[in-house]
Amino acid sequence: MATFKIKRYNPEIQREPYYEEFQYDPPEGTTLLDSLNEIKWTQDGTLSYRMSCRSAICGSCAVKANGHAILACQRQAEHVIKNDTVVLEPLGNMKPIKDLVVDFDPFWEKINKVTPYLKPEETKPEKERHQSQAQFSIIDDSSTCIMCGACYSDCNVLEVDDNFLGPAALAKAQRFVGDSRDKDRKARVEQLSEPGGIWDCTHCGECVERCPKPAEPFHRIKEIMTVALEEGVHNNNGARHALSFTKSIKHSGRLNENVLPVESIGFLGVKGIVNLVQDNLKMLMQGKVPTVIKDVFGLIPVGLRMLKKGKIPPIIHHSVDDVDDVKRIFKELKQ
Amino acid sequence: MRAALEVSKELDVAILTKVYPSRSHSGAAQGGIAASLANSEDDSWEEHMFDTCKGGDYLNDQDAVEEYVKSASRVIYELEHMGCVFSRDKDGKIAQRAFGGHSKPRACYSADRTGHAILHALHEQLLKNAKSIKIYNEWYMHSLIVEEGRCKGVVVSDIRTGEVEVMQAKAVIFCTGGYGRVFKITSNAFAGTADGVIAAYRAGIPLQDTEFVQFHPSGLWRQGILFSEAARGEGGTLLNSKGERFMEQYAPSRMELAPRDIVARAEQSEIDEGRGIDGKDYIHLDLTHLGEARIMERLPQIRQLGIDFIGVDCVNEKLPIQPTAHYSMGGIPTDMFGQVVIDDKGTPLTGFFAAGECACVSVHGANRLGTNSLLEAVVFGERSGRSALEFAREAELQPLNEKHQKTKTLNLFEEIYQRDGTESYNDIRNEMKEVMMSQCGVFRDEKRLKDCISKIKSLQTRYKKGKITDKGNLFNTELYEIIELGNMLKMGEIIATGALNRKESRGGHFRKDFPERDDTNFLKHSLLSEADDGEGIQINYKDVTITRYKPAKREY
Repeated sequence: MATFKIKRYNPEIQREPYYEEFQYDPPEGTTLLDSLNEIKWTQDGTLSYRMSCRSAICGSCAVKANGHAILACQRQAEHVIKNDTVVLEPLGNMKPIKDLVVDFDPFWEKINKVTPYLKPEETKPEKERHQSQAQFSIIDDSSTCIMCGACYSDCNVLEVDDNFLGPAALAKAQRFVGDSRDKDRKARVEQLSEPGGIWDCTHCGECVERCPKPAEPFHRIKEIMTVALEEGVHNNNGARHALSFTKSIKHSGRLNENVLPVESIGFLGVKGIVNLVQDNLKMLMQGKVPTVIKDVFGLIPVGLRMLKKGKIPPIIHHSVDDVDDVKRIFKELKQ
Repeated sequence: MRAALEVSKELDVAILTKVYPSRSHSGAAQGGIAASLANSEDDSWEEHMFDTCKGGDYLNDQDAVEEYVKSASRVIYELEHMGCVFSRDKDGKIAQRAFGGHSKPRACYSADRTGHAILHALHEQLLKNAKSIKIYNEWYMHSLIVEEGRCKGVVVSDIRTGEVEVMQAKAVIFCTGGYGRVFKITSNAFAGTADGVIAAYRAGIPLQDTEFVQFHPSGLWRQGILFSEAARGEGGTLLNSKGERFMEQYAPSRMELAPRDIVARAEQSEIDEGRGIDGKDYIHLDLTHLGEARIMERLPQIRQLGIDFIGVDCVNEKLPIQPTAHYSMGGIPTDMFGQVVIDDKGTPLTGFFAAGECACVSVHGANRLGTNSLLEAVVFGERSGRSALEFAREAELQPLNEKHQKTKTLNLFEEIYQRDGTESYNDIRNEMKEVMMSQCGVFRDEKRLKDCISKIKSLQTRYKKGKITDKGNLFNTELYEIIELGNMLKMGEIIATGALNRKESRGGHFRKDFPERDDTNFLKHSLLSEADDGEGIQINYKDVTITRYKPAKREY
């Protein structure tokens, strides 16, 4: 017999959520969704959750089991029950409506923000457009997304930053950025490089762990980053950070932590300064607060705190001993 | 969604769904969508048409089939132009593979998630056209408003709030899917509960050919979820407990790629005669000879389903499968333009259209070929949308008594809330599914069907004596499940009644007491409608349209 500890919430009856325990012994070979149904149908009809296809393709039944988002229909009950107990909660980063049902509206609003449809050339061929198997493989994984919200639920950035587009929307974006039939690649990566986009991902990889399909958003985000850099969309902190990081490793084999934050803001080099001045003047003219002010003043307290704790990197930056090997690796990579 | 896109070219349209559009069950279709593109071998619409008619055991209306297969290539190119993701051949064209009952490789596919690819491509177009397409997610449709012989709208409720509303419309299109959930073993989503079909029936529209239910040969043992026919298209074999490829006995020329009705019956015969694996009610689908690389390229999702749902990796082990209720050939009768018709003379019900699994055109006849249903959804989605658009362009909203219409649904809610019986809805549902599977399943006969009908009738009585626990307005899934169960109990009775009446075997309907096809008496569509008392079921018939291919003996 296992204990199903389920987070209950029904604002019609009680303002605060609470946990309720149900005892149920799932037969071998049955899924967590089967267990939920048995509990609902034989113990408490008020228990509410979403479900539909039972075969991990519609994306309705994502819930949190033991703190992590999963598809209830995709997991054998015995695999999620630990020490005779499983804790079931609604998805995170979304407002609960009732029990395990959450409000998906913000999720869809973000999907809508990434222009979630193909923008092909105006002229259509008589038959299908050709796409090589290699070109298809670039969008193969992202096109498996079932919009279940598991990644969105467990995304660590969304927990602190509502403005982040989130893993599902970015995976959807890669579906078009990578599509050989789309003509708007550059515009797409420019938009996705703005605040709230690809560079706000912290690379924690949680979404890859939670994705029930091969869509694995973080890998797709990396692919968009690569395209953005290839397309020359460098004029943002994220891209500059990535380029500065690479440059430092390439030249010295280690990270120059004195230069990295300043270069990330775009404050070094003649070109950097010219761009920075231009961009920030433009912002001033548009009546916005120039980002440079926010960025630079934002850095100062961080630097002071580091100084206080003795965590300031060495003033003089040395290369690692085998820096030539590092350079060789870069050379080979380039080839 | 395809219908809405068509309407949105000129007019505003609302989509109402009890889930989300991206969660519709078309997304579970795996293997492919048929069209004679001839990308890998010569092919023609005539061959596609012939295969479809032979597969349907000649109950198809051939004028409609001709229009349907002729449209196939165009609608698939359109999907591709919209952005639908297709697997490609070496030349970069849409890849095509073999499928049951098709004499040529004409299944266009996106790995083994073709329905999902099409569903999402169409959903993307909805988002693109959001200005003229309003989506009502998680709303439930209770009844169709038909007054003075004209459809005026639907009565609906918001699952999230329980609010009942009347949705007035110049034209209504039903794309409400099938009713596989009445059976114990089914590939269908929980949503497939006959809501649309029963709403039409309750509004006085007859249902056509509902006795024809397709059992798919490769449902996962006990769960019923689908392992695509593509697994056999790619070379998978079926084995009984003796390790024999038993299809040799049943369809020597097409083997595992015979149409689904024939393969499902072969499997059930093996199981019934004790040659199921370990004497149990399943047989083996063997893919182990295909190799990991090919499985990962062509059937990755199926592999994952096997691992997740039963702990079997089909690269090394055989999958346990059994026939699973999969597709409803019957449904709301329409003409080939998606216009709903209410009798054998083709009298239209003004303002009401239907497409997809809930409709019966009939392009599938007595048995649908694999990959023909996605094609049906797209072709007749477009056609019904076009018909509705042309009608609504000139039509006016009709006056209706909103209060009266709402009251009927509010009274239903209240009646369910007031029931204070001791019957368990769960028991009723399980017993319905059990009896439909065992007495009205792959094999049927008079005794079983009579038993089935009397059992379903007693369940209908017990249904009135249940008791609900959730009386709230907020996301009350229990209430909706009870309403759905009511629909399914009626649907089960209709299916079994049609099956009892059809004293022959044809396509998906097999009577052990009448094992032959009887063209003299039954080369005709059944029309089942609500008797005047609101309880009984009346049966009428409609002629089958035969143009090119005269009914011939069906052998594979």
